[in-house]
Amino acid sequence: MTVLCLVEHETGEVIDASLRALSFARTLGESSGEALVAALVGEISTPTLEALAAFGVSEAYGIESDGLNSYAPLGWARALVGLASSLPATAVVAAGTDRGNEVMAHAGALTGLAMVANCLSASRSGETTVHLSRQRWGGSLIEDAVVESLPTLLTVAFDAVAPEPARMPASIEVQVHRPSLSEQDLSVKVSDWTQQSTGISLAEARVVVGGGRGVGSAEGFGPIDELAGLLGAAVGVSRAVTSAGWRSHDQQVGQTGTRISPDLYMACGISGASQHLAGCQSAKHVVAINTDRDAPIISRADHAVIGDLNVIIPALVKAIRERGSS
Amino acid sequence: MNVLACIKRVPDVGAKITVTPDAQEIDTHLLGFTVSPHEECAIEEAVRIVELRGGTVSVLTLGPPEAAEQLRDAAAIGAGRLVLLETDGREWGPIATAGAIVEAVRRDESANGSYELILFGNEAADTGDYQIAVRVAHALNRPCVTGVKHLEIKDTTLRAKREFRGGDELFELALPSVVSVKEGINLPRYPSLPGRMRAKRAVIEQTTPPWHEDTVRKQALRDPVVERRRAEILGQGLEAVPALLGLLEELGVLS
Repeated sequence: MTVLCLVEHETGEVIDASLRALSFARTLGESSGEALVAALVGEISTPTLEALAAFGVSEAYGIESDGLNSYAPLGWARALVGLASSLPATAVVAAGTDRGNEVMAHAGALTGLAMVANCLSASRSGETTVHLSRQRWGGSLIEDAVVESLPTLLTVAFDAVAPEPARMPASIEVQVHRPSLSEQDLSVKVSDWTQQSTGISLAEARVVVGGGRGVGSAEGFGPIDELAGLLGAAVGVSRAVTSAGWRSHDQQVGQTGTRISPDLYMACGISGASQHLAGCQSAKHVVAINTDRDAPIISRADHAVIGDLNVIIPALVKAIRERGSS
Repeated sequence: MNVLACIKRVPDVGAKITVTPDAQEIDTHLLGFTVSPHEECAIEEAVRIVELRGGTVSVLTLGPPEAAEQLRDAAAIGAGRLVLLETDGREWGPIATAGAIVEAVRRDESANGSYELILFGNEAADTGDYQIAVRVAHALNRPCVTGVKHLEIKDTTLRAKREFRGGDELFELALPSVVSVKEGINLPRYPSLPGRMRAKRAVIEQTTPPWHEDTVRKQALRDPVVERRRAEILGQGLEAVPALLGLLEELGVLS
């Protein structure tokens, strides 16, 4: 028996969220002495294979089908469910990415079994019983639960598990899985991909300058934009800002926006509602600028300045410019 | 074109959520309730489509009697039909929820004709299960895509875009289909005064579907261990600027 993990890879490398999912799946397998098997759509590159072995994968299945040249959610799920039943796998795990959650939802619908999203931990305590914890309310609460279904279908919360290589790397075997897919399985697929406007991607930015309700207006973002330019940073905003129409939603940090994990997050005029904190809890260093010493963001920050960002940011911008010219 | 938006009543977004002493439920005493954010956008999108192409917007929710408030909020911005699948307050798992919605859709469609489009939010703000839309699509044997942030309809084809690693990926689906949307697809309008008046008088079609136990059994709810940082206060107002500049230098973010 095995634990099967769906692994997403891009330009020949395993994505970070999938390394985390592999760590999670390996821990689940260890709780019942089961081997870790990976499923990947498309060809498996040498660096990918090395990463899989380092994370303890003993068998890697490349799912190959003419129809899967572009992402097709139902096609992926059909292939994954087929592979899970032929192994057989007691659990199927994927990263809680847009694709991971979507494919696993289809897997749940195809099998009629439960699919538990955004898990933080899981261990097997019986043939069909898994004890798990999962995020609820956007990570504001944790639920401990028991699920009885075989295979157990799980996705892993965004920042629940660190990407930990196995203590002993596995010797890995590569296999090919050729699913038989119907036209209907492939009817919904990606038919085109376009690059968004250039600029620094919020999700991947190393520095993010955030603005909240305290900025006061759309025009008030001038100094924030200027500071971001000087720091090579992306601009992020709170939900209050996008709801007011001051900035577009693709700059929103939070539960219903983008989740960020920069080295530095400067949260200016952001009180720190749970919806916002859910999106920035992975930031390594947080600097808050806020008029309210008791704002929730202050208790999540490493450094804080108490005061009005609309006075402080222009002065900071000026100081940075003067430093450059001296 | 008939469009159905399925929504959920959830605690106010951003509210502090606390657990009851028996660790089984959230304490709703001091909480306000709202339509889950992605679903607010599903209603708005449905209204825009019908404004452009004609037809009816129906809005459905599964929830306690109080969820009628959220249906009336939908009516205030343009929903014509309101459907409440009333529960006794117990939590419904995703399989049972999808099953009850499918039953209601089948009943509606045999009486009033097919929905060309059924919209959902990508995930509810409270339970975050990410699967109701997909399960409903499977049961109705319709194509489905999730997480959509741009949608347009041309004849019988729906073009849906969603974000993927710094770009937009495009899906083309044949109608009728099922789509879950994300906040940002539109900016929901505020209700007008006549809209609010209409909403007060709107009729709610109510049924009581049977509850089914979920195969995922809750044991307890608890607060996450949050790393509380003790922020070092760099200063107040303008006097803090030199210290702030020093910090940015120290962190190596100034070129």
